[in-house]
Parts: sequence; C-alpha cells; structure tokens
Amino acid sequence: MTAPEVQDYVGFDTITQQMERKFLKRGFNLNVILVGESGMGKSTLVNSIFSTHLVDSQGRRTAQEVIRKTTEILPVTQTLDENGVRVRLTIIDTPGFGDQCNNEGCWVQVIKYIKDQHAAYLERELKPQRDRIINDTRVHACLYFLNPGSRGLRPLDVEVLKRLTEVTNVIPVIAKSDSMTLDERTLFKRRVKEEMAFHRISVYPYASEDDDDEDRMLNASIRELVPFAVVGSEETIDVDDKPVRGRRHGWGVINIFDESHCDFVHLRNFMLRTHLSDLVEVTAQRHYEQFRTSQLRQIKELRAQQAAAAAAAAGGSGSSQPPVAPLPHQPMTQA
Amino acid sequence: MRAGTATQGPAIGGGNGGAGAAKKKMNGYVGFSNYPNQQHRRSIKRGFNFTLMVVGESGLGKSTLINTLFESRVYPPKDGDDSSPRSGAQVAMPAGVDITSVSADIVENGVKLRLSVVDTPGFGDAVNNDEAWRPILENIESRFDAYLAQENRVNRSKIVDNRVNVLLYFIKPTGHGLRAMDIEFMKHLHTRVNLVPVIARADTLTPREVEQFKAKILADINFHGIHIFKPVSDHFDDPETISDNKAIASKIPFAVVGSEQYVVRPDGTRVRGRQYPWGVIEVENENHNDFVALRQMLLRTHMEELRDETDVSLYESYRTQKLLALGHVQDNSVFREFNPRRQQEEEERLHAAKMHKLEAEMSAVFKQKVHEKEGKLKQSEEELHSRHQTMKTTLEKQRRDLEEKKSRLTQSDAPHPVAATGSYVEPAQRMASKDKKKNRFF
Repeated sequence: MTAPEVQDYVGFDTITQQMERKFLKRGFNLNVILVGESGMGKSTLVNSIFSTHLVDSQGRRTAQEVIRKTTEILPVTQTLDENGVRVRLTIIDTPGFGDQCNNEGCWVQVIKYIKDQHAAYLERELKPQRDRIINDTRVHACLYFLNPGSRGLRPLDVEVLKRLTEVTNVIPVIAKSDSMTLDERTLFKRRVKEEMAFHRISVYPYASEDDDDEDRMLNASIRELVPFAVVGSEETIDVDDKPVRGRRHGWGVINIFDESHCDFVHLRNFMLRTHLSDLVEVTAQRHYEQFRTSQLRQIKELRAQQAAAAAAAAGGSGSSQPPVAPLPHQPMTQA
Repeated sequence: MRAGTATQGPAIGGGNGGAGAAKKKMNGYVGFSNYPNQQHRRSIKRGFNFTLMVVGESGLGKSTLINTLFESRVYPPKDGDDSSPRSGAQVAMPAGVDITSVSADIVENGVKLRLSVVDTPGFGDAVNNDEAWRPILENIESRFDAYLAQENRVNRSKIVDNRVNVLLYFIKPTGHGLRAMDIEFMKHLHTRVNLVPVIARADTLTPREVEQFKAKILADINFHGIHIFKPVSDHFDDPETISDNKAIASKIPFAVVGSEQYVVRPDGTRVRGRQYPWGVIEVENENHNDFVALRQMLLRTHMEELRDETDVSLYESYRTQKLLALGHVQDNSVFREFNPRRQQEEEERLHAAKMHKLEAEMSAVFKQKVHEKEGKLKQSEEELHSRHQTMKTTLEKQRRDLEEKKSRLTQSDAPHPVAATGSYVEPAQRMASKDKKKNRFF
C-alpha cells in the first residue's frame, strides 16, 4: 500500500531531533565485558578503543603474586562525555579466566554475572511500582579474545563461546595480531568462521528480517572481518614527525589506525559509530527477551507444580490461591 | 715417563692427581697434548647423537623454529594447502599429549650427526591441563630406563643413546610472566632434563617489552627454584669464550622468531624472515631477535655441554634414585685402591679379629656352662641337705617316741626282773603272773 503524499510541511520529522535532545539529557549506559586469558591484550585494547585509560591490566606484576585460582568479575564504571552526549560506560574485566592448569568451569562466573544483570532488570520491570527509567546494567557486548597463532578455535574457546553466545552479543577479536602476517590472518579467520559454523556458534551481528539492503551489506562486510585482528596501543610515537598511536619495533612501526596494518579502525567504527545503539537494542530485544521468557515459563511451571502438590495434599479443597513464588534470581538455570 | 713421587696416599694417581702428586715441568715436547685431536678423530668416525625435545602449546611456532634451526624441513607444514571447507573444522585437537619423534642423519664437514627431534602435540591445548606434563616426564624417564638397561647388559659394545639432551620450552608472549601451566611443567621436569625456555613469536613484543618480560620470567623461575640450563665458563676457557658465554647467558630466555620463507630486504638481499605491512623482521638479525644466540648455544658451542650434562648429572641422579628405590645398598669398600701388602695385612687383621672373636665366644660359652652346672649342683646339694634334715627329724622323732614308750613301760611295771637270760618278759606273761596273784585270793 503506497503511503499518501503529504501536501504541506507538517513538521513531524523533527521527532528525531526531539528524541536526540531527550537522549542527550538522559545519557545512556553501555556495558562491555572482556573475556580472555591473562596477557591477551584486553585492557590495552579497551583503552585504545575509547582513547582513555579506563582499566588497568590485571596481570601478575611480581613473582610473589599468586596466580588467581578462580575467575573474578571486576566492573569499572566511568562517565564519558563527547559533544554533549554522556555515556555511563562500564567495563567488566574477568581476571583469572583461563589462567589455571585446569580450566574446567572457569566460565561459570562470567555466565552467572551476565544472567544476574538480566535477572535484576527483570525484577525491576516486574515490580508494581517501577522506576521511569531502569538503570540498565545488562551486558550489551562481550569482547572475546582469541589466541593468535592457534589453528582455529581451541577446545576452551568452543566451550565458552557456545555458552556466551546464548546470553549476550559476542564479538570475537584477536588483540595481539601483530605476530601474524596478512596471509596467516586470512587463514586464521577462515578457520575460525568454519569452526564456528560447525559448532553452530552465532556471533554478533545477527541477521534479522527487518534489515534493509544497506544494513545487510554493512553486516555482511562486518562478518567478513570477524574475528577482528587488531593491535592495541596506549602509546603515541613519532613517525616522520607526526604523532601516531602505535607500537615501535626494531624493524618497523605499527600504526593502529592504519587499515592496512590491522582492523582496529573497523572494530571501533563498528562498535561505536555504526552499531552502538543496535548492540543495546539487540541485547534488550533478543537476549533479554529470551531470558525473560525462560524465566517466566519456569515460574509458571513452578507455580503449577506447587499448586498440584497443594491440591493433592489438601485433597481437593480447591486451593484457589496459588502460592506466590518469589522471583528467582538465578533459579534452575545452569551456567 | 713419570717422575718419582713421594706420596703418602695411593701410589696410583687416581681422579684427583693434585691430592698428592707433585707438579713437574718437562724439558722438551713430549707429545701427549695431541690426545684431544686423537679423540676428535675417533669421535668424528663414530658420529654423534643429539636428541632435542620441543614442548609448548600449539600455534607457538615450534615446528617452524626447528625447521629454521636445522635449515631443513624436519617437519612438514601443518595447515594451509590441505584444508577443504569441512576438514578444518573436523580436525579435532588431539586428546591428551602425544609424543612423536623424527630422526635424521645429517652430515656437515665430515661430522655425522644423528639428530632426533621429539615433538609433543596436544600439550596445553585441552581445557584441563593438570597432567599435561606427565606423559613428557614419563617419556624422558623411559629413555633413561632404556639406557640403564643397556648399561647393565652382558654385551655392552653397542649402546644406543636416545636420552633427551635438551628440552626447548616455548613460552607464550603475554608480557605478564609465566603462566600456571608453565610453572607446573618446569617444576616437574627441571631435574630430569636440560631446560631451555624460549619466548615464542617474539615479533609481537617491542624491545622494551621483551626486556621486561624476560625479567619477569627470570623472577618467576628464581622464585619457584626452577633450574634452567645456563652456559657457564670455567678457568680453562680463554677470555673470548668467557665473554661469549656471558653474552649468551644474558639473553636467556631467548626471544625468537622462526621462518622458512625468504623475504627481500630494502637493499635487495634475500634473507629468511617474516613480511609485515609495517616492516620485515629478519630471523638471523641479532637486533631483531635472539635466534642467532639460541642457535649458537644449541649447536655451535654448547652441544657437547648439553650432552655431557645429560650423561653425567641428570642421568646419574636418576640412576641413583632408581637403584636406591629398588633396594640396592651402597657398598663403598669397592672404591678403595688395590694394594697387595695392604690387602694381606688387612686379611690377617681380619683373621686375627675373627679368631679373637671366636675365642671370646667360646670362653663366654664355657663360662656360662660352668655357671649353669654350679647352679644345678648347688640346687641338688640344697635338696639333699633338706632331705637329710627331714630324715633326721623323722628319725629323731621316732627315737623320741621309742624312748617315751620305753620310759612308760619301765614306769608302769615293778622293777621287773630282767631274766637272767636277759630275755624280755612278755607282757602276756606278765599278765598271767598278775592273774595268778589275783586268783590266790579267791
């Protein structure tokens, strides 16, 4: 059905500006979790993406420090301001992940944290009197750090990715890709994509029916690059008297903003300049809704079970009041 | 011709001749300084064995480094050409640690080397790597066992030595120090093999990061008391060797890069290296990485040291532990020098001591027997005595009884005429006489 032509200028197209103004006033939340072994370059990469020193590396500094025995969850919240737009940025680091000899279950804490955030949001949503704007602590993006040089995904990667992609948007990256030549990178990316398809691991961006051609092309080009082979750096070095963010080796200088050197620019643009709001939306619409559905279904089942038990116990006295089950934070869901 | 020595100790100068042998100067060239050359020629004829083991996670460039070190394709390329769309994903990681060995006979300048490289695919790749070190330790110890068995054979002319001479451990270039798995591995293996830690894929670290990383690794190694192989100099070496050794030792752990491909330098020469968009790293350039130092140490200067250390120190300690565990007892008397006179004196002494001992034993036995017998006799004497006493008392008693009876009898009767014949008057007769008296009255 064709939309009717508007004769005079009505003015409802200013709604975008109105929304923008409201948005500017409110600001928004962005929560990113970093998952990867110690020494993969997580802190450096995040600090490079946001051009600020947000997180400190949690690596072992001295020989006396003990190697962590479990995965810890370390959220750090800061407010960044750019052109009047305020973002409450929370970076969640996971020191201890994958660092032990036996890494069975090192992902449990991570999955639990992500689900906890969903559960907290759900609880606030279900309250009879809820806040106008619920503080959104749900994890919008997960940067998963792959090991450069391995022959594709490692067994630990497969285990963790399977679980992570079910609860959040996962963006796989190779943070220290300066040890791979361009050919090796291409080969590695191909192997990783094959293995992800084989194990049915679906990473962000997802295809959806609402996409128009532009979106689809953009997403396709992003998917080509996955996993992003990036190099992070917080240092500025001089190259031909120009300050450049990069790394200086004895035989050459890496400029992280140079697209022929690494995918850093693509990753940053993808995360912040094009898909930022999409990350938040997909988290709300896909992952949160999935969680919510499964939770509510479980509550219903639980209530039905309790009702049946009560009915059986009371011997048909018609228990019209089902017992109110408290909203389970982390009920029967397993990590 | 040895000059006379006046020594107190063993006349045949044993291991430490300095312990009693006087130093003499010779007046002309004798020629025994040619001995090392003779040995050199014999060794070349026999050929050498060298076994090298590489351990590290997959993807750290172990095979590439081996191929680069020996300038030949010891290991075929792992991936790339063979992958069809599905095969890559279906190749599962090996479950557990595999031990594979590749041997090659290579000749250089007439020197034959039997080189064996032992690879350990699967190490550290699983989710649970608690026991990843165990198969490797068992392999090394089984090689020691094989050598021990050969040494104990009756016919030992042909011994095959496949003990591991050096283990290259590949460390991931995280920049953060050693990981839990690295420390576990090294703590279990450092007493059984020469450990040479190597920082793999060092092209990802800037020079400053390399320095910091090396310092952290060495701090971790010292903290956990891990013993790694270090080139040491002794007083025999010339100053140049000493300074070379120091230079090499200062670079441990070596930060290396391997490559089988050739790249073209800006000046047009072809060298082995890796081509990046931002530059070219050359494998054999000492400013770019420590490959040259590693090769120098492993092949050109310390190969014999590594073999020697394996044989003299590591193998011997394993052997000692194993034999003691099996219940052998150390008998040090076999180590003394053989001297006939001494031997005889020794034997005499022993004999005398034995005799003396026998004598003492016999006299002790004799004494004991005497004592026993005395005791017995005493006992029987006492017994006799007591019997005698009892008999005496019985007799005494009997006598008293009889005496009493006698006195009674003599009292009751009038003085009884004792018949002239001296016969005793019968009581019956007495009674009869009494009756007679009585009857008169009637």
